[in-house]
Amino acid sequence: MSDVVVARSLDEAREALAHQPDATVLAGGTDLMVEINRGLRRPRHVVGVAQVPELRRWHIADNRVVVGAGVTYTEMMTTALADAAPALAQAARTVGSPPIRNAGTLGGNLGTASPAGDTLPVLAALNAEIVVTGPDGERRMGLDDFVVGVKQTSLRPGELIVAAELDRPTGRQEFLKIGPRNAMVISMAGLALVADHDARTVRCALGAVAAGIPRAREAEAWVAEQIDWASGAGVDDGVADEFGQRVAAASSPIDDHRSTAAYRRHAVAVLATRALKRAFSSGEAGDA
Amino acid sequence: MTSGPVVTAEPVMTTAAANTAAAGSAGAAGADTIVDAGTRGVGADVGRPDGVPKVQGRFAFSSDLWADDFLWGHTLRSPHASANIRGIDIGPALATAGVHAVLLADDVPGCITYGLEHGDQPALANGQVRYVGEPVALVAADHPDVARRAAEAIVVDYEVTDPLIDAEAAPDAAPIHPDGNVIRELIIRHGDLDSSGEVTVEGIYEVGMQDQAFMGPESGLALPDEDGGVELFVSTQWLHVDREQVAACLGIDEEKVRITLAGVGGAFGAREDLSLQVHLCMLALHTGKPVKMVYSRDESFYGHVHRHPAKMWYRHHADRDGRLVKVEARIVLDGGAYASSSGAVIANASCFAAGPYKVPAAHIVGLAVRTNNPPCGAMRGFGAVQTCFAHESQMDKLAAALGMDPVELRLINALDSGDRLITGQVITGTFPVAEVIRQCAGAPVPDIPPSDDRRDLPGGSGRTTNAADTVRGTGFAVGFKNLMFSEGYDDYSSAACRVADGVATVTCACAEVGQGFVTLAQQIARTELGVDEVILAPAQTATIGSAGSSSASRQTWMSGGAVQAACRAVRVQILADVAADWGVSPDGLVLRDGLVVSLDGQQEALLAQITAGTGYEADVEYHHAPTEALDENGQGNAHVSFACAAHRVVADVDPDLGLVRIRDITTAQDVGRILNPTQAVGQIEGGTAQGVGLALMEEIVLDNGIVRNASFTDYVIPTTLDMPDVTIAAWVEEPEPNAPYGAKGIGEPPTISSSAAVAAAVRAATGLPLPRIPIRPADIALARNEVQQ
Repeated sequence: MSDVVVARSLDEAREALAHQPDATVLAGGTDLMVEINRGLRRPRHVVGVAQVPELRRWHIADNRVVVGAGVTYTEMMTTALADAAPALAQAARTVGSPPIRNAGTLGGNLGTASPAGDTLPVLAALNAEIVVTGPDGERRMGLDDFVVGVKQTSLRPGELIVAAELDRPTGRQEFLKIGPRNAMVISMAGLALVADHDARTVRCALGAVAAGIPRAREAEAWVAEQIDWASGAGVDDGVADEFGQRVAAASSPIDDHRSTAAYRRHAVAVLATRALKRAFSSGEAGDA
Repeated sequence: MTSGPVVTAEPVMTTAAANTAAAGSAGAAGADTIVDAGTRGVGADVGRPDGVPKVQGRFAFSSDLWADDFLWGHTLRSPHASANIRGIDIGPALATAGVHAVLLADDVPGCITYGLEHGDQPALANGQVRYVGEPVALVAADHPDVARRAAEAIVVDYEVTDPLIDAEAAPDAAPIHPDGNVIRELIIRHGDLDSSGEVTVEGIYEVGMQDQAFMGPESGLALPDEDGGVELFVSTQWLHVDREQVAACLGIDEEKVRITLAGVGGAFGAREDLSLQVHLCMLALHTGKPVKMVYSRDESFYGHVHRHPAKMWYRHHADRDGRLVKVEARIVLDGGAYASSSGAVIANASCFAAGPYKVPAAHIVGLAVRTNNPPCGAMRGFGAVQTCFAHESQMDKLAAALGMDPVELRLINALDSGDRLITGQVITGTFPVAEVIRQCAGAPVPDIPPSDDRRDLPGGSGRTTNAADTVRGTGFAVGFKNLMFSEGYDDYSSAACRVADGVATVTCACAEVGQGFVTLAQQIARTELGVDEVILAPAQTATIGSAGSSSASRQTWMSGGAVQAACRAVRVQILADVAADWGVSPDGLVLRDGLVVSLDGQQEALLAQITAGTGYEADVEYHHAPTEALDENGQGNAHVSFACAAHRVVADVDPDLGLVRIRDITTAQDVGRILNPTQAVGQIEGGTAQGVGLALMEEIVLDNGIVRNASFTDYVIPTTLDMPDVTIAAWVEEPEPNAPYGAKGIGEPPTISSSAAVAAAVRAATGLPLPRIPIRPADIALARNEVQQ
């Protein structure tokens, strides 16, 4: 009932989308196929991009990490990409089970644009630029301009997500996520925190606690002033706790079947406090 | 005991067979002799015949059924928890190309309602819907998507009414069903109700709605027969009770409904009630074509009953030494829209409400009520799970009030054989509660250092928690329940055995739902007949009588007993013929290693030769000892036998986030006798995991009667990062006198005490009361916040 084009190059994908601008793009299918199987979506036209080699690559250019939209969660975890973007690897590890991580992609996470999308806080904290291509040529935008609502993007008809370009700061990266069990969960609350020692900034973004992926900018600015960047000393508990409270103020959670707003707000504060302490501790970076 | 386990009542099995078995104890199958584990008989670690195919994906489940030219069925379900149906327009659906039938309540040929205890549930909604997901219409089409879309095209005119969703309000609310809102009230009055203890503790406890979460969704295939009957292949727990209900709804003789068990992907109680059985047969008979149905995962959450949510008030009285004086409780179970097995579930919840303890006086009020929530019924543990959480929470509270060690408190109150339950029944079988407690509590507590490996920490792969953020707690719990059906129900089993050409064929309608009966039946036949090759015929209604339900931890005992009796009856025939031929007494002959052997070593013959051409066969019914109804005070010998288990749980908790990582689970269980060690481990591990799930995460979340998490994305069950290896400290083997080989059922006890032990461990770690399971992160993190403020 659907017509499916399997693109084997970026040009083919672009062409197929130019021909059918309302086509649904299928990469790993870990979101789309669930919705189709549950009868929630019945796309008439599908463009498959899993076999587009240009999307499956990543590289470093101008000290930015360029991650193709077709890079899978497993690839984020297991290749040198994990060294280039540690928080992305940490977030990828929390996604589903190994089969899901083998199939699901960064582009898929972006395209679904769920507030619970696990890589999205990482992208926000790493000042990601989302690169899309389409009938109007290439466009670039920050995550705030890409995710415009719950499961809503600013993609235009016929456009395709190509890559995300990420900062590569000198400092620790942390991703933390709470779910109803210890693995294979949809996020109840998530947080990415990045320390940038060159820029002397801390960047922190939140998942599953707002309609979008908010950055805790007020808290970021406040904590940057509290940190003794020159000595590299850790943060004291009082600062970490207040940072947590300030980060929580950036959330606007809701009650749903997964958790309550009160718990999410509380949890985000705890996560922020812990992430900050980890990022400025002298210990090991911890596993993914 | 020399005469061996004797079939308790019925005729076919003779005591002669049992005597012969005892006589044959010199190496062959003695009555209570468990053969060497080196053979493949009873007691041996025999692998499952369906194990390798299941792992390799070659096992045919009921969803894999296929027939030439078959149609796909689909069910239209109510989106409302409570509504009157003013009209249904099937025109657009019928007009859809590819649609062969659209059926409504008026098309049910026979009795419109069915039910396990009371026929109160319409096969299709009859002018009214009482829960979200209630079947309203059926479609058969040549493609599943066509059937689904046609169902969506059916226009139902609903007059929506306010649903009754509060179980505690149900008894006084306007009836939502002609049978009223109280499904059953059971009051137990035992001992001196005016007595009181020097120490009392009180609490209110709550258990959420758990789902059985089997992997294989409801599915089946019905084929119309030329005689007006129908053949149904379906995954179920009890073929013959399905047949009875299906035949009544179809308005045809039971013999015309021929049901064969199809591959079952888990059950846990969820397949005791009918789901799609009547629907498939209606569509097949109407269209004259085979019809197949497979529920989707979300539909499955609406397609079967769940574990009853419970609210329970308790007051325990004890003397200063910790001896229980009296237990008072009020238990309210939400049965949802239809009765299902709620009557039996509230009976179990009430009868076992005080736990496996000596309780001189008890006043228990058990109430199962009707609401517009999803129907609840059987699930592993069957009412005992809910009350175990409450009584074990109370025992911990009592221990704290007395300043006593919680294990010691349990030990001094532990029931034993010869003691009386709160129903007045004296326990006549084995019941080694104290030994189970001692074995579990006495096992060394493993030395588990705090780990920096995220996988060992609360929050797991989410990287939320450092070792320094955790506190550790240890919890202990013990629970028990009945084996087999109770209150006078004669849940017999039937089996047939045939030996020809040295090969045994066993026929039994016992539903293999994963518990391992197919393995055990072969083991029993090998032990009883000294053969190696045992063929297990398909489980079907046309070839054999009822085996009863694969539930209530009963099939090893009941169908195991039936198979044992059938095999022994055949053995008697064979040995009698050989004895006559050889001019010796049959008492001097045994069957072993495919031979008939005289014990004096003088003569032997190949069983294959003796049974060549002519077959020996026997067909038996096996009954357990009769039980009786409970009287107006909830007193009576209502139960056949009992089994208990204990769990000790060590948990690390992140109190700030409310996350839990269980580090160790140690258990001991009253098993009677182990007949297959690997299968026993499987039951204990799986049952324990289901209890862990209930304690920490498994809950159907309802919003005004609507299920908010009908998927495995949001209805979560434990992963390997939630469920540690289970240490079995001991199988406490005290053979049950009347059970075949002395074995007790072992499927349910692990699920009963594990939830309570997990909750106790989390309480010990946090100091919080935590009166509700599942314990959600917010229940810990926010409660702690409140305490701190």
